[in-house]
Amino acid sequence: MKKQQRHWYYYLWIWSIIYFSLGFVNILFAWLGLISFCLPLIFAIGGGNKLFCNRYCDRGQFLRVMGSQVGLSLRREMPEWMKGKAFRYGFMVFFFAMFFNIIYVSWLVGSEIQGIQEAVTVLWTFQLPWNWTYSAGITPWVPQFAFGLYSLMLTSEIIAIVAMLIYKPRSWCVFCPMGTLTQTICKAKYVPTAK
Amino acid sequence: MGKLSPRHAVVDSNMCVACGTCADVCPTGAMEIVSGVFAKPTEEKCVGCGMCAKECPASAIRVEVRS
Repeated sequence: MKKQQRHWYYYLWIWSIIYFSLGFVNILFAWLGLISFCLPLIFAIGGGNKLFCNRYCDRGQFLRVMGSQVGLSLRREMPEWMKGKAFRYGFMVFFFAMFFNIIYVSWLVGSEIQGIQEAVTVLWTFQLPWNWTYSAGITPWVPQFAFGLYSLMLTSEIIAIVAMLIYKPRSWCVFCPMGTLTQTICKAKYVPTAK
Repeated sequence: MGKLSPRHAVVDSNMCVACGTCADVCPTGAMEIVSGVFAKPTEEKCVGCGMCAKECPASAIRVEVRS
């Protein structure tokens, strides 16, 4: 049997911690979260693969480390409905609707129709004061988008951690909106080859 | 070609989310993700240990006795 190798990308879980720590200091760092939106799409559209999910996803590596190596996962079976296409695609549509709402609110702030909200909203419900991470002087829509994106990243991280704790370590991957989207792209590009 | 193991992993491609967890834990490197769509074991390499089935979050893998 092959000896288990420690690849460099096994340590990408550190990026998750760095990202959320930076956003706690200065909200503008939240823009770096767009990396997790763009890279999977580049791999899927350009390469027709899910290499980002398979190797380079910092969240996936974080869940693997916490769930498998640290042993925090209860490893229960996920309910069937959570693994079904209706939930996976439904969650993807909801997630991207929330993402486009962030862009819309940023546009409202940029157009001076609405004032900036210096808060992070967790689970689309609970507003946490986050005002120390923002100082005026920048075009308001820029920090507004950062607050929104950080809220979305933090919310999805919480859901991913809860799923990891209850179910198998990488249960989030089953209904991850980016994973579902990139698999859909890969399926559209896939041409079966006879062996 | 070597002798095939009596047991082997079988992937339900409709359930598979191509996350790559199986490929990551496979001790023989038998699992590959085909074009980001589904996982597929290389029959010659698969020893039917069940590590992939144990870790698969989508429960898309089972270990069967070869027919």
